[in-house]
Amino acid sequence: MAVTRNADAVAPVRSSGAFSIWAARHLSTSIGSLGRLGSQPFASFMIVLVIAVTLALPAAINLVVKNAQSISGNWENALDFSVYLRKEVSVSEAEGLSRIIRQRADVEHVKLITAADALTEFKEQSGFGAALDQLEDNPLPHTLVVRPGPGNTAASIVLLQEEIANLPETDLVQVDTEWVQRFQAILDIVRQAVAIGAALLGVAIIVIIGNTIRLDIESRRDEIEVTKLIGASNAFVRRPFLWTGFWYGLLGGSLALLLVQYGFFLLKDPVAKLAGLYQSNVSMASLGPAECAAIVGIGVFLGLFSSWFTAARHMRRIEPR
Amino acid sequence: MIRLDNVTKRFAGGQEALSGLSLTVDKGEMVFVTGHSGAGKSTLLRLIALIDRPTSGDVIVDSQNTRDVKRRRIPAYRRQIGMVFQDHKLLYDRPVFDNVALPLIIAGLGQRDAGRRVRAALDQVGLLKKEKQNPQTLSAGEQQRVGIARAIVTRPKLLIADEPTGNLDPDLSLEVMRIFRRFNEVGVTVLIASHDISLIDRLGCRRIALEEGRLQVEDDTWQ
Repeated sequence: MAVTRNADAVAPVRSSGAFSIWAARHLSTSIGSLGRLGSQPFASFMIVLVIAVTLALPAAINLVVKNAQSISGNWENALDFSVYLRKEVSVSEAEGLSRIIRQRADVEHVKLITAADALTEFKEQSGFGAALDQLEDNPLPHTLVVRPGPGNTAASIVLLQEEIANLPETDLVQVDTEWVQRFQAILDIVRQAVAIGAALLGVAIIVIIGNTIRLDIESRRDEIEVTKLIGASNAFVRRPFLWTGFWYGLLGGSLALLLVQYGFFLLKDPVAKLAGLYQSNVSMASLGPAECAAIVGIGVFLGLFSSWFTAARHMRRIEPR
Repeated sequence: MIRLDNVTKRFAGGQEALSGLSLTVDKGEMVFVTGHSGAGKSTLLRLIALIDRPTSGDVIVDSQNTRDVKRRRIPAYRRQIGMVFQDHKLLYDRPVFDNVALPLIIAGLGQRDAGRRVRAALDQVGLLKKEKQNPQTLSAGEQQRVGIARAIVTRPKLLIADEPTGNLDPDLSLEVMRIFRRFNEVGVTVLIASHDISLIDRLGCRRIALEEGRLQVEDDTWQ
């Protein structure tokens, strides 16, 4: 155990900026943090589960709303509304108006039913043919059946209807399918409620992870003190806790994804069966790749944010005594 | 290497741990700070390690006034100094090797370089064979040697130790002090706080005696 001194021994520690060393350190820290979670599997799993459920809840409701919206959008003529024109509007004027309305970006289709067509149809279908023949002139107006484009929201459809109602040629706009609009409006509200709920649940996740990290920091207080005493920076002592937060977020997000997909799998067949009973071939849409990535990504982000926030706050307080 | 200029450290309660203390430790010197508990030994070392800052006066280490070291720069400052503690301050959740490697990892050294240096440091304190053991399984003397290996693994120019033999019996104490002596012989400046006068006399180094935060005697006898 001779103390030797050579040229190398005098050299102070080089602060090697090599990326590979930095990456290797992070890798070993991340594995170390994961190992810590694994050393208390039950406690860690409970926290991951809480995060997963908290993430899965808004994701699942969002999926249901998305499906409800696409189903209600599938009722093809559901959003059509009828525009009854004034009696004095001529056929050619009606045709001109229908062309103008058809050119609007928010209108998919306009069908003109002339007064004559309407009367013919009414005669055929009502069975009052003979009685109607007694009429001197046609009591029916020309009618436009307007189908709004697919890009419309409930609010923009109402706006469209109001604009058409305000045209001088228009006598009356009749919405045959107000309930669909109401349904869409309810879905909009649900969607916004889910967004608010999701934000609150996000805060809950931040608190949960933050609190867990805080306890972790407290239990490793001595270690942090010693490490700081021998020259560790705040960033260095914070690193393993950031990784812990990352893992909680990643595992929680992934489990949330599994939960939502499993729930979807359970509902898929019953919904298809129900749709079959209604002679509809509506099928449920599952989460797209972007949505899957968003769930996991939000989990990771919340985990990192929460652990960074907590660690930064507590690290500064723990100084060697 | 170390210079204190009229340093006073007063605690919140009003009592003074150091009162107008001035002293100098030259480069390459090995110096003991002695005195009863409460004389200010630990406070002196804490000021050098920037665990505390003086109430007034200047602490200059390696031509750097600690007053100028900003809070953010303290970690980098501490990395220049090897520190040994009475209670070793080892981490018991990892083996000896990882304990000694910690300063190198903090400094951002690569795995291979670190491994080489850790083994060299362990070899210098005679614990090469115990690198895989948990420090808890080692004797107090061995744990202290692990602490020393950790302090010297970054090859600091200055080594400070606070009662490094406080928990050891006389034989082990002498062994630990001899390890410090060997580092001193290759140029490391060593400052040790200790109250074990008989041991210090056997080593024959300069003594700085403190009494109630003041210099008592400065004994300049070298052997």
